[in-house]
Amino acid sequence: MLEIEIDGKQVTVEDGSTIMDAATKIGAFVPHFCYHKKLSIAASCRMCLVQVEKAPKPLPACATPVTNGMKVWTRSEQAVKAQKGVMEFLLINHPLDCPICDQGGECQLQDLAVGYGGSQSRYEEEKRVVFNKNLGPLVSTDMTRCINCTRCVRFTTEIAGQMELGQAFRGEHAEIMPFVEKTVDSELSGNIIDLCPVGALTSKPFRFSARTWELARRRSVSPHDSLGSNLIVQVKHDVVKRVLPFENEDINECWLSDKDRFSYEGLNSEDRLTVPMLKQDGVWKETDWQTALEFAANGLRKTAKQNGPDSIGALASPHATIEELYLLQKFTRAIGSDSVDFRLRQSDFRADGFREGAPWLGMPISEVASLNRLFVIGSFLRKDSPLLAQRVRQAAKRGLHVSAINASAEEWLLPVKNRVLTAPSAIVPVLLQVVAALAAEKGVNAAEHLGAAIPATVSDEARAIAQSLASGRKVAVWVGNLAVQSEYASEIQQLAEEIARLTGGVFGVIGEAANSVGGYLAKAVPLVGGLNARQMLEQPRKAYLLLNAEPDLDFANPALAQTVLGAAPLVIALSAFKSPSLLAAADVLLPIAPFTETSGTFVNCEGRAQNFNAVARPLGDTRPGWKVLRVLGNLLEFEGFDQNDSEAVAAEALAEGSRPDLGNRLYGLEFKFAGQTAAGFERVSDVSIYAADPLVRRATSLQKTRDAKAPVACASTATLAAIGVASGARVRLKQGQGAAEVLIVADDSVAANCVRVAAANAATAALGAMCGEISVERV
Amino acid sequence: MSGSGLILAGVDGDRTWGLQDYVARGGYSALRKIISEKIPPETIIAELKASSLRGRGGAGFPTGLKWSFMPRSFPGAKYLACNSDEGEPGTFKDRDILRYNPHTVIEGMTIAAYAMGCERGYNYIHGEIFDVYERFEAALAEARAAGLLGQSILGSDFSFELFAHHGYGAYICGEETALLESIEGKKGQPRFKPPFPASYGLYGKPTTINNTETFASVPFIINMGGEAFLNLGKPNNGGTKLFSVSGHVNRPGNYEIAMGTPFAELLEMAGGMRGGRKLKAVIPGGSSAPVLPGNVMMDCTMDYDSISKAGSMLGSGAVIVMDETTCMVKALERLSYFYFEESCGQCTPCREGTGWLYRVVHRIENGLGRKEDLDLLNSVTGNIMGRTICALGDAASMPVQSFIKHFGSEFEYHIENKKCLVPPEVQYEGSQIYVRP
Repeated sequence: MLEIEIDGKQVTVEDGSTIMDAATKIGAFVPHFCYHKKLSIAASCRMCLVQVEKAPKPLPACATPVTNGMKVWTRSEQAVKAQKGVMEFLLINHPLDCPICDQGGECQLQDLAVGYGGSQSRYEEEKRVVFNKNLGPLVSTDMTRCINCTRCVRFTTEIAGQMELGQAFRGEHAEIMPFVEKTVDSELSGNIIDLCPVGALTSKPFRFSARTWELARRRSVSPHDSLGSNLIVQVKHDVVKRVLPFENEDINECWLSDKDRFSYEGLNSEDRLTVPMLKQDGVWKETDWQTALEFAANGLRKTAKQNGPDSIGALASPHATIEELYLLQKFTRAIGSDSVDFRLRQSDFRADGFREGAPWLGMPISEVASLNRLFVIGSFLRKDSPLLAQRVRQAAKRGLHVSAINASAEEWLLPVKNRVLTAPSAIVPVLLQVVAALAAEKGVNAAEHLGAAIPATVSDEARAIAQSLASGRKVAVWVGNLAVQSEYASEIQQLAEEIARLTGGVFGVIGEAANSVGGYLAKAVPLVGGLNARQMLEQPRKAYLLLNAEPDLDFANPALAQTVLGAAPLVIALSAFKSPSLLAAADVLLPIAPFTETSGTFVNCEGRAQNFNAVARPLGDTRPGWKVLRVLGNLLEFEGFDQNDSEAVAAEALAEGSRPDLGNRLYGLEFKFAGQTAAGFERVSDVSIYAADPLVRRATSLQKTRDAKAPVACASTATLAAIGVASGARVRLKQGQGAAEVLIVADDSVAANCVRVAAANAATAALGAMCGEISVERV
Repeated sequence: MSGSGLILAGVDGDRTWGLQDYVARGGYSALRKIISEKIPPETIIAELKASSLRGRGGAGFPTGLKWSFMPRSFPGAKYLACNSDEGEPGTFKDRDILRYNPHTVIEGMTIAAYAMGCERGYNYIHGEIFDVYERFEAALAEARAAGLLGQSILGSDFSFELFAHHGYGAYICGEETALLESIEGKKGQPRFKPPFPASYGLYGKPTTINNTETFASVPFIINMGGEAFLNLGKPNNGGTKLFSVSGHVNRPGNYEIAMGTPFAELLEMAGGMRGGRKLKAVIPGGSSAPVLPGNVMMDCTMDYDSISKAGSMLGSGAVIVMDETTCMVKALERLSYFYFEESCGQCTPCREGTGWLYRVVHRIENGLGRKEDLDLLNSVTGNIMGRTICALGDAASMPVQSFIKHFGSEFEYHIENKKCLVPPEVQYEGSQIYVRP
């Protein structure tokens, strides 16, 4: 610890601290632009120059290490003179047209110019003009305003993991630019807008649509990935204009993924369902709530009476709130059916009934920083959980060794020490080898129930993973979306649990959506013999309740979902949006509020329940989903549907003792791995980052990014040769009855004998399950 | 090219750069002595300290002291770098050393590597002198073939790999940390110090960087002893030094003279003033050093202390001589343009300030000056100096301040009369290279 005096105040700081750290500690503000607590030190803006005892010249607070007994003045004459001098330099080439700048009112340069700038410029020469750059559909540029602080450059390099921006040219000609003809395609790119201290980088979707002081700021929680990023939603006249991060060091730090940041555009999409609708004789008609609700209630009552309550099933999106999911299951069970599920993209449910609790990450998100070994099984980590991947990236810089097994070697922009690329059906055999090698490494036996399955020989790559994990001090084994959605999800989770046990580490499930944990806690799963999501489609019901799910895009087997739901006599859809597939399948559409227009709760992957309030009034006749379900309960005269507000629902749903706890262990599940590999090619499916849920699919700017481009099928060069097509050819993919025509391209990051084709996309919605056999024909 | 002094002694243009000639001049005897007598590294560093050799690149930092900063027992690689990125206007000594006597640099670097325990070294050569880079590569090949460089040098267990690396002509890469960034393949921009290269240098490893001439002096110090080297010059200013004399003299070129030699003698060696004109001003240490009026300069001796006392810097020893036909405003405009063009753009005061300085001086030169411009220039330079990451900001400011300080009246004349104090035809006459007899 070091003693230092700043502006006459004594403060003790840790060894290695800078003057800026010490000043922050005592609350002394040192003006700065290039300094950012999460980025490396550039010391280039020179705004934070302070006076230091015995130093002949002012020193930058951000980069000067504290020494014991140091005396610093941040507002002395020498310091302020230096700061004002720098401010003058920053302003000479900066346009002084704040009234027409989108950053006006929330600009660090503008703010600090009030304190440190002159009232008149001494610079009367010509000002610099810098041409704008095209950074893609999300970030807009006004490069003449750039003060070359390089925060954006350091962000892309250090946090996003790939240098997509750089400072080219020298001196006054220096400009920030992407690589020639390239855009900034990172899934975290929007953060450079927040980081930019001036109006050089602004939000393309938001730009010029409101002034910062016109916006009401309200806290919310992201409804997308399982991280549950904290948001500040900015609203003008009940329209969401912008979403910014709410800093929460435990969850999203000060960042947001582009999905969290820009998905709000979908809220005002033309697809929004704003009035209840009824299909009569095949024709959709707008109606009022009473008619629609009575139609739904009567329909359900009649179905239950005629076919028994078991003929009714409820299918919900994992992006729905705890309140919605809880009342949906309560309502379904009140009818007398146990068939309710929110795991729409899952195919293997054999672990149900053997679970210790709700599958979760197994550890707090913030503890990623202290891991030193991580094994990620079947995950598109970077696109599925961008900010979790970012944490892993930072930990990898500090010595975390990452191993991975997947059917696709997606670039994670972080060092992966051991990577096994294999078909989905071969993941289990490799994991068995890892277990065998680990057991040998540790000199113990593998768990009894695996017994006969443990192989005698172990491949080098499996051994490498085992050795890496065995040498760990703090180990985690994570199961990703591909694994959870696979046909072998139970075996994979059993083996992940065993690997974690053998290494003394943590077994975690990354989780697909905002309420992947919450759905279990809300009991939106079959508990007493009801049907799960897959069974409900394979054994068609007479009536379905759909909660925020679109038949063609939100199910593991979209072809089946569309057929079955289309043929069902009664489909009641609660949805914020209408879509062709909903219009085709449903009989009544009830407009429910998206996350910005209702209060609710999400439980994120670390098991943290985060509630939020509505930030805007519901659009049109939209009603919060939980209220609609409550009224349906009232109409059917069920007990326990008299909650006055969402808090009461949440309190009931998450009441201590009444909900299952978090827990990943699988008790007493027999290990039965058939072990046959598919005869033809295997399908590998990812859910493209901007296709995962109904809201983000309608976010227009995100849909223009490279990540949202039309899906192509990918296969390795060898697989293409085996199929007999060239890269770029058009092929017909077939799965069971379904077929789709797409382009196929060579991509050696896909495992051999596999064809990677995105799910949750209209172009592939005619195909069958997300995993399993697929055939490819030349067109 | 003169054949006097130490480094240039016995050198005869392009004919004698090779290994054979260098050995004939006594070359590699210092290295042989060190290796055969197993002289301990501390003794070499002590010898350098005794010699008072100061860095020849411009800052004049005592070389022995710098070498002693290298951590002795560092686990892992340590690097050595030679700064031959000679880009300052007026400076052209290092390229002649590399062109005409490259082996003395190789020998000096090898001794340095021995003294500091470096396994690898790089000689970063300015990008615009590609022939010199090729010459150095040829010398490296000779040295390697003769067992003087590479693995097991002279059969000992000491190994040192030395590589030539050529830049692309950016002046800023002569700043030592920008040079390291450039070797690493990054954009040449100075690093903030601390940490200094001795603890965090090339690829994050301890690194020592010296100027070409500094390394070239090392073999002579080992051979003659530090004391004798010091005695060639004067106290605190040991040895001989190369001076690159340019401008309005009859025989511009490199002159190696003992430190402490009067300027008048150096001017005499360079053939005196062209056309017998009157000496007006001298920049004694490369374009970033403050200019001194001719009469002040005539009283100086050529060493760090004397020039410093007179208010300038010996710098790299580039002596730019200007006679009475020179318009000082025009001279400053050219210098300011150089710094404006070469600023790396990393930190604010230099990126924005150098352009401002140039534009104001340019305006004055072109008859658009204002009364308040001189105060403005002084104020802007004051806001740049001492506020930047590296010394380029200071280098851009010092000429401006010193030109105004010593020749302010010429600037005022320009501003008031919108023309030069020195008539254009006189300037033209002075600019002619061949002076009519």
